[in-house]
Amino acid sequence: MSDYLVDIQHEKLSFFTPAGEVRALNDVTIRMKEGEVLGIVGESGSGKSVTAYSIMGLTAENGKLMGGTVEFNGHRIDQMSEQEIRKIRGKEVSIIFQDPMTSLNPVYTIGNQIEEVLKLHTGKRGAEAHARAVELLRLVGINEPEKRVKQYPHELSGGMRQRVMIAIALACEPKLLIADEPTTALDVTIQAQILELMQELKGKLGMGIILITHDLGVVASMCDHIAVMYAGEIVEYGETDDIFYNPQHEYTKGLLRSIPKFSERDYTKLVPIEGQPVDMLNPPVGCAFAPRCDSCMKICLTKKPDRTDFEGVHYSRCWLQKKAAFMAARGAESGK
Amino acid sequence: MAKYIVKRILMGFLTAFLVATLTFFIMNLVPGGPFLSEKAITPQAQAAMEAKFGMDKPLFQQYLTYMGDLVHGNLGMSIKKRGRTVNQIIAEKFPTSARLGGLAILFALGVGVPLGSIAAFRRGKLADNIIIVFATAGIAIPSFLSSTLLMYIFSVKLKLLPSLGLKTAASYIMPVFALALYPASYISRLMRSSMLDVIGQDYMRTAKAKGVSTFKSIFKHALRNAILPVVTYVGPLVAYLMTGSFIIEKIFTIPGLGHEFVGAITSRDYPMIMGTTIFLAVFVIIMNVIVDIVYAFIDPRIKLK
Repeated sequence: MSDYLVDIQHEKLSFFTPAGEVRALNDVTIRMKEGEVLGIVGESGSGKSVTAYSIMGLTAENGKLMGGTVEFNGHRIDQMSEQEIRKIRGKEVSIIFQDPMTSLNPVYTIGNQIEEVLKLHTGKRGAEAHARAVELLRLVGINEPEKRVKQYPHELSGGMRQRVMIAIALACEPKLLIADEPTTALDVTIQAQILELMQELKGKLGMGIILITHDLGVVASMCDHIAVMYAGEIVEYGETDDIFYNPQHEYTKGLLRSIPKFSERDYTKLVPIEGQPVDMLNPPVGCAFAPRCDSCMKICLTKKPDRTDFEGVHYSRCWLQKKAAFMAARGAESGK
Repeated sequence: MAKYIVKRILMGFLTAFLVATLTFFIMNLVPGGPFLSEKAITPQAQAAMEAKFGMDKPLFQQYLTYMGDLVHGNLGMSIKKRGRTVNQIIAEKFPTSARLGGLAILFALGVGVPLGSIAAFRRGKLADNIIIVFATAGIAIPSFLSSTLLMYIFSVKLKLLPSLGLKTAASYIMPVFALALYPASYISRLMRSSMLDVIGQDYMRTAKAKGVSTFKSIFKHALRNAILPVVTYVGPLVAYLMTGSFIIEKIFTIPGLGHEFVGAITSRDYPMIMGTTIFLAVFVIIMNVIVDIVYAFIDPRIKLK
């Protein structure tokens, strides 16, 4: 048993599709303490959702763990049966999805859908469950909860539905909340409200949060740590300040260059990251980012870089830093 | 909702009126008549018969008389079954067909819905393939073939089931099965495709993430969303099956209403043709209204206006 709430060690996970094996996760290691907020950033297909889903055993049927361990709250998820994991889902770890418009069942009332999870995990029934549902709706900032609880999803707006999803997720006061791009499908003002709500609830309930997003702006204000993922690997990991003020990996730098900055006077053009995302069916032999990297060296194309550690928890996987660290070490040696 | 139902019923009356009118004139447009096939009928006798049934009058006047009777629920006298009204014949034959058809509907739903759901949840696996093969065969095999085969195997060879009539409970087995084969297969396929659609929906993932078991997520979350196409299909089907199938009733020698439908046409029994057609039309209209109401109960997004 580890001291961490989430302890993923060297996780390798593949999807077997008719076209071949897709190595969605390639040696992913994540540790997270209770009450921490971890941001996982990366583009589509980088493995950020799969990493989080594997904590709930929610990777689709054709996803197979090929190596490594996944531990959550003292449970070895990778060794548990579906029935055992089911008891944890919605209770100790829960999730809110990207699209609140389709994530609620259209034929049941909001109340029914909140009460369902209460009945499953807390033994609350009838009036008690109903009262808790109303309380939860009030907690997530829905006005007239007594009325809303009897309404159907189609009678609520997108922002409200996402609040309902949050209410369902927090119904059993989980230790970990996974938020899978919770604001992507919402418009900007609602995005801010939902993030604010999550922060407020984190303060009240103290659960850990994994925030999955491709929007660095979203993670900046909320996260303690950030993992930048690319092609199924964590290419850079560190505290939020490390990532924003001292980015090391070329991909992280590229991501930061592509955020609009309002502080700058001379409105410089945004710099996109050139090229195409990796074809996960035929990943490159060396560093996965090499084909798109401006500072690509020979070795990048043939060998995968391993970790270069910086101060604290900050590390990256890039030959440039590897080289720099090597040169610094040699310099120190010769200086002796 | 009440307003909607009243509106639909009024619309239903209009539809029934149109069906009656069209049937009446088209039926009379076809050359020949009820008395032509009978041998050695003298012109005097024919004229007397026509006068008795009011067929000596101009067509439009006949139509008005018929519609006048229809409004009072009177479907007229049968020409071929002397001395009996169409109402009596329908009242006598309908329960037999309705019992048979009703059982067939229950059987088709009871088999089709679970099989279709299983096929969807086991997509691409052995169970799915077996179900699909049987469902396709069930749709492709005509009922006269399946009933003859059934009769040959279970009555002639194995001597397990009676081959005609509806005297015992066992005698229902073969006709009900033969009648239900097509709808059961069709419902399986319908259920499979709509279930596949529902399984891919985000709310199914939400249910799983809540810790709901697969079994419960099928029954609570998937079924209610996936059943709508089946309801649409089954509504009018209830009317068709309960008014009897000519082929099944003929093969298993069952005195049902299906027989009367076809019999009335071949013998040019005008009031009987009108009566059975209007009866079926009204039945279908009622079933469609019921389908709409059931829809609104299943899916709250559907508002009846």
